[in-house]
Amino acid sequence: MKTRKIIFGSLLSLGLVLTLAGCGSQAKSSAGKTTKNSVALVTDGGGIDDKSFNQSAWEGLKAWGKENKFSKGVGGYDYAQSTSPSDFTPNINKLIKAKYKTVLGIGYQVQKNIADASKQYSDVNFVIVDSVIPNQKNVASVMFKAEQSSFLAGVAAAETTKTNKVGFIGGVKSDIVEGFQAGFTQGVKAVNKNISVDVKYAGSFSKADLGKSLADAMYSNQEDVIYQAAGGTGNGVFTSAKGLAKDGKKVWVIGVDRDQKADGKYNGGNVTLASAVKEVGIAVQDLSNKALKGNFPGGKTIEYDLKDKGVSLVNDNMSESAEKQVNAYKEKIINGDISVSAKAN
Amino acid sequence: MSVITILMTMVSTALIYSAPLIFAALGGTFSERGGIVNVGLEGIMIVGAFSGAVFNLTYGPALGAVTPWIGLLVAGGFGLLFSVLHALATVNFRADHIVSGTVLNMLAPALCVFLTKIFYDGKGQTPVLDQSLSTFTFPILSKIPVVGEIFFTRTSLLAYLGILIGFISWWILIKTKFGLRLRSVGENPQAADTLGINVYLMRYSGVLISGFLGGIGGGIMSQSISLNFSVSTIAGQGFMALAAMIFGKWHPLKVVAAAIFFGISQSLAIIGAYIPVISKIDDVWFQMAPYLITIVVLALFIGKFYAPAADGETYVKSK
Repeated sequence: MKTRKIIFGSLLSLGLVLTLAGCGSQAKSSAGKTTKNSVALVTDGGGIDDKSFNQSAWEGLKAWGKENKFSKGVGGYDYAQSTSPSDFTPNINKLIKAKYKTVLGIGYQVQKNIADASKQYSDVNFVIVDSVIPNQKNVASVMFKAEQSSFLAGVAAAETTKTNKVGFIGGVKSDIVEGFQAGFTQGVKAVNKNISVDVKYAGSFSKADLGKSLADAMYSNQEDVIYQAAGGTGNGVFTSAKGLAKDGKKVWVIGVDRDQKADGKYNGGNVTLASAVKEVGIAVQDLSNKALKGNFPGGKTIEYDLKDKGVSLVNDNMSESAEKQVNAYKEKIINGDISVSAKAN
Repeated sequence: MSVITILMTMVSTALIYSAPLIFAALGGTFSERGGIVNVGLEGIMIVGAFSGAVFNLTYGPALGAVTPWIGLLVAGGFGLLFSVLHALATVNFRADHIVSGTVLNMLAPALCVFLTKIFYDGKGQTPVLDQSLSTFTFPILSKIPVVGEIFFTRTSLLAYLGILIGFISWWILIKTKFGLRLRSVGENPQAADTLGINVYLMRYSGVLISGFLGGIGGGIMSQSISLNFSVSTIAGQGFMALAAMIFGKWHPLKVVAAAIFFGISQSLAIIGAYIPVISKIDDVWFQMAPYLITIVVLALFIGKFYAPAADGETYVKSK
């Protein structure tokens, strides 16, 4: 008797909750007005001011809104911030209910949620950044040719090293990080075949202490430029370089994903040579414009490269001659004289 | 690399890695010797790392090069404050020690990232610290041939400080009246109580000391290794410290040795790639090495473990 009561009670309350939830979403969807050209993005755990991917994406979307005189909010452009992966699907659904025509998922973590939603809502355009959802007509996948900017990082390193030894520290081995490694190695070898590239993986994106130890060992081994594609582990690389630079040794770090000039600053100088940047904002702006003009590239994978400024090498402390060389190689890659492979060896 | 460079790099990377562990593991020792299991070390370290970073960023421009040292004390202070929660829950409210420690571990990252967002215009991580504790070369000792170069050139002063604190902890725990009382409370609180020792006070002091040392451990991470604070600044160091404490059988000197051992196995894995013959081995083995070495040493060379007898047991005075 008692259990039956409990079951009945919980069913009743469940029903109530569902009814209420239904009311909520109905109220929201009726609020949408002119929604034909509206765009919104879902962040992947970081905020829209994470100094990285999400911030760049949101800035791109804001620039697009300004360019086309849309306002923030329903009918224009907006974002939904996720604090954990469990927020992805509710955020996507919220944006669809608010009748945004194009919904962007920023970062590979959102891939599955975007893929699921795209099957459910065939009349909404979806974009996934840094990952691929194949064979889905209403999804455009955005990838970055980071091997090209990494190639330029390699050129910068080769033009800067005095010892003819440079290093690469990756986070976790994956196709994407290996693309960084491959591009970097090719860039170094293009300038001078005799420069050795020491490749190490930390096995983690969040171990600054391990990054510092790896970098200490590399610098002790007379390697004077390190390219790091290792997220939080890369913090340790900067720490190691700054410590040595304070003792008067000339060492450099090449940053990744965003301009890491601020990370290389210390009392009396800066160890950031350059940064290989992914311009997520430019990709977001470009795709939003395409959607606006009615030629949304659904079902396709769009690769942003040096040519359309989707990736680039930001000069932080390069010498003039190094910068000249970098620009020369940049031209060659854009012209197609050099093709950079994303596969290591 | 020459042999001396290899050894020097190995020693310095080992010490840098083990410095935060030494402090946190010693903290854990005080708490558990008093009978309170402290799995909340990770959370305490996070609070220490965060408060150290915030102090460093706020007062760095005014105080200059001494900032990180004061920052360590501030980190210890906030670690201590945070550990009051654990003491209150376990000593006064008789909560399960593991549950309370887990609460610290879950509370700390959320709280600190939230505060980071409030303090630094909504950003998920603090800016980079300008004043940091970089490597240190001992003035006279570094001049000793070979040994000076290996042990005292461009190394971690904090690790040496940690070793010193290890000796002091040993003296306090084993040689002083306070240490004896703390240990008795961890072994047999009923007996200690009948002899007139204030069990609650002793247990409080154990936990608070662990909060202070754990906080310093966190402050070392943010001010000498990651040089900012984010969610990933402390990623498992607190648990490594717990492992070092158990590995060192709750004895301060052995605990320090265990923390340094972890550092050495970590640095062997890194430096192994530069030692001529070994460097031919695949990367994966080097990444696995620290864990493999630990398991082997644990299985072969360490005898039976005896935790303090009343470790993890709540003491109820009236019983």
